[in-house]
Amino acid sequence: MDFNFSEEQTMIRDSLARLLRDQYDFDTRRKVVGSESGWRPEMWQQFAELGLLAAPFSEEDGGLGGGSIDSMVIMEEFGKALVVEPYIPTIVCAGGFLKHAGTPEQKSEHLEAIIGGERVFAFAYAEPRGRYDLNDLETTAKKDGDAYTLNGHKAVVVGAPWASHLIVTARTSGDRRDKDGISVFIVEKDAKGVTTRDYPTVDGRRASEVYFENVSVPAGNLIGEEGKALPLIERIVDEATVAVCAEAMGAMGVAHKQTVEYSKQRKQFGIAIGKFQVLQHRMVDMFMEHEQSISMTYMATLKLDEDEVTRKKAVSAAKVRIGQGGRFVGQEAIQIHGGMGMTDELAVGHYFKRLTMIDSEFGNVDFHMRRYSNLSGEEQAMAAE
Amino acid sequence: MNLEFTPEEVAFRKEVREFIENNYPEHLRGVGAREDLSKEDMLAWHQILGKKGWSVPAWPEKYGGTGWTPTQKYIWSEENARMDTIMPLPFGVSMVGPVIYTFGSEEIKAKHLPGIRDGSVWWCQGYSEPGAGSDLASLKTTAVRDGDHYVINGQKTWTTLAQHADWGFFLCRTDPNASKPQEGISFILADMRTPGIEVKPIKTIDGGHEVNETWLTDVRVPVENLVGKENEGWTYAKFLLAHERSGIAGVARSKRGVEKLRQIASTELLEGKPLINDDDFLRKISQLEIDLTALEFTELRTLAGEAQGKGPGPESSILKVKGTEIQQRLTELTLEAVGHYGHPYFRGFPEDGSNEFPIGPDYAHQAAPSYFNMRKTSIYGGSNEIQRNIITKMILGL
Repeated sequence: MDFNFSEEQTMIRDSLARLLRDQYDFDTRRKVVGSESGWRPEMWQQFAELGLLAAPFSEEDGGLGGGSIDSMVIMEEFGKALVVEPYIPTIVCAGGFLKHAGTPEQKSEHLEAIIGGERVFAFAYAEPRGRYDLNDLETTAKKDGDAYTLNGHKAVVVGAPWASHLIVTARTSGDRRDKDGISVFIVEKDAKGVTTRDYPTVDGRRASEVYFENVSVPAGNLIGEEGKALPLIERIVDEATVAVCAEAMGAMGVAHKQTVEYSKQRKQFGIAIGKFQVLQHRMVDMFMEHEQSISMTYMATLKLDEDEVTRKKAVSAAKVRIGQGGRFVGQEAIQIHGGMGMTDELAVGHYFKRLTMIDSEFGNVDFHMRRYSNLSGEEQAMAAE
Repeated sequence: MNLEFTPEEVAFRKEVREFIENNYPEHLRGVGAREDLSKEDMLAWHQILGKKGWSVPAWPEKYGGTGWTPTQKYIWSEENARMDTIMPLPFGVSMVGPVIYTFGSEEIKAKHLPGIRDGSVWWCQGYSEPGAGSDLASLKTTAVRDGDHYVINGQKTWTTLAQHADWGFFLCRTDPNASKPQEGISFILADMRTPGIEVKPIKTIDGGHEVNETWLTDVRVPVENLVGKENEGWTYAKFLLAHERSGIAGVARSKRGVEKLRQIASTELLEGKPLINDDDFLRKISQLEIDLTALEFTELRTLAGEAQGKGPGPESSILKVKGTEIQQRLTELTLEAVGHYGHPYFRGFPEDGSNEFPIGPDYAHQAAPSYFNMRKTSIYGGSNEIQRNIITKMILGL
């Protein structure tokens, strides 16, 4: 067992922290988030130049030979600065599909462009009626000669307004909730029949509703085996879940720190409110939630390569704690900031909003608690046999 | 970063498991730690470990520590939890021992460390007083120098298992004129057979006799029983509490407790089906297990930090707070799981073959007393509110 970061990981963290400190302060972020495009492609370029976009890929794939731990380090720093650029959709999700299941042709077509920062992806998996079930799919893909024809509607596709390409999950056979018959495709966003409705999200990002109407996708754009993609999708979503946990742990730390600092400055009844024990203990509870979120994120990241049941239980356990901890830290941060916490002007409210929305990304507390319980039941049944 | 066990660690686990299986006393298997056991039974495993050289793994090697890595210590506690062993009591091994080897003279080390290591001497802790609980520094027990002796007068309380103790360590006020309450306190050892020491039982809500009042009336102890310097006892007292906290999380035992709870919930029925199939109850177990995982990895991170030379710091307060909360929730859920059969009150243990006719399933007998007893955990070792004060001051800087 070893909880140390490698030299490369420490270097990534330090140089990224420096870049974000210099060019991603809260006021700059606010302007960018409120601008027409809502992000900075030139910042994405800088991420590429720092090697962040190459970090989790093998050297063979043109990367730096890191993995999920590198993504964790990067996402924690992103969480501290509330970075909106689409690292999870492009690097963790699209990159993950290509890394785990891409053909040599698909890799050479896309990975270099992704790592170089020239190509941005979004991951279109959620549907209006599917909630968090990855297999509850009404989007269909019908084989038609050398191509598939896609029809359907994907919900809240984060980063889609900025993306040139989409990873789309669709049903190639079976009924709406079947676990079999699910496939994954690379779809160019400007393909005929793809329409989007773009909008901002409440936490400062951008997303789209994406509609597919008889969109023809070449058969060569299928990732993995037709109809057998669910385990692959579950794996990628687990990796993305852990990445968003790392983002949350970064955001929680800042929300807590800002709250403690504020309590030292703000005076009522003639003294700093941080002298009140009733607030001190709540800030300690925030600290403990943050520490435990770090522990859980490490735990889940380090278990991503274990067997499927172990991996899923670890990821669900982490997401439960992060969902609960993020909500607690966010709410307490606002409460202890008092009226100022309600203002758009202060950063703390923006951390609160991001932490709130992270709970419902890739499955909320209830979803993951249920998944964890069901897996424990399966484990116990297996042990009893 | 990785969670892998090296081949050496896998071999270590095998060695430890075999040792426990081959050497743990037959008559104590499946019994678990219980306050009504005889002194001999409570010390049995400690003494076996003492002979093996494994009774004080956390100590520096030159005082008999094993030099195990954090991972080895983790394996060690897991393997002991697996067999429900009765581990060496903390009063010698985790409390006074580290104070003695860190602050004591060569003479005092030579006199007391061997008995702690081999489990031949039973220690008790004289910290709290009727008027000094969370505000420990307000303690009033005095030690007055009289030639080659200190004369101690006062009353200590919550002295755990002092009824068996051979020696005690006491915080006493040696300078009544010190400018702050924390100054003027000394850390003094006393043979419990010294005239003037009287131990009286306190019966607790679980029906047991675990804690005591200890009265000290003109107790004369030789000055060489002072540990470290006179009037600097508060520093040692705080050091001891930080050490006490670091082992207090009880992760491996709680993991074992969750396993037992799952078994109970698989046996108990709700609407004709195993309780564990009930969504509401299962959710509570899952939440407990998830929180326990968070504690486990927080402890592993802390241990990894300690291995790099960071002593147990204020972070260990998290382990105390969360570890005790989980121990309490575990007993609470176990009591909930056994339903009606939490009610019958026994002293004595029918599963040991006493003459009493058993009422209800064996696993239910201790459910309520354990729950009652474990309420102590958020109070002792510095209450969980005091732990929050420590984090406030030491980490948040407020």
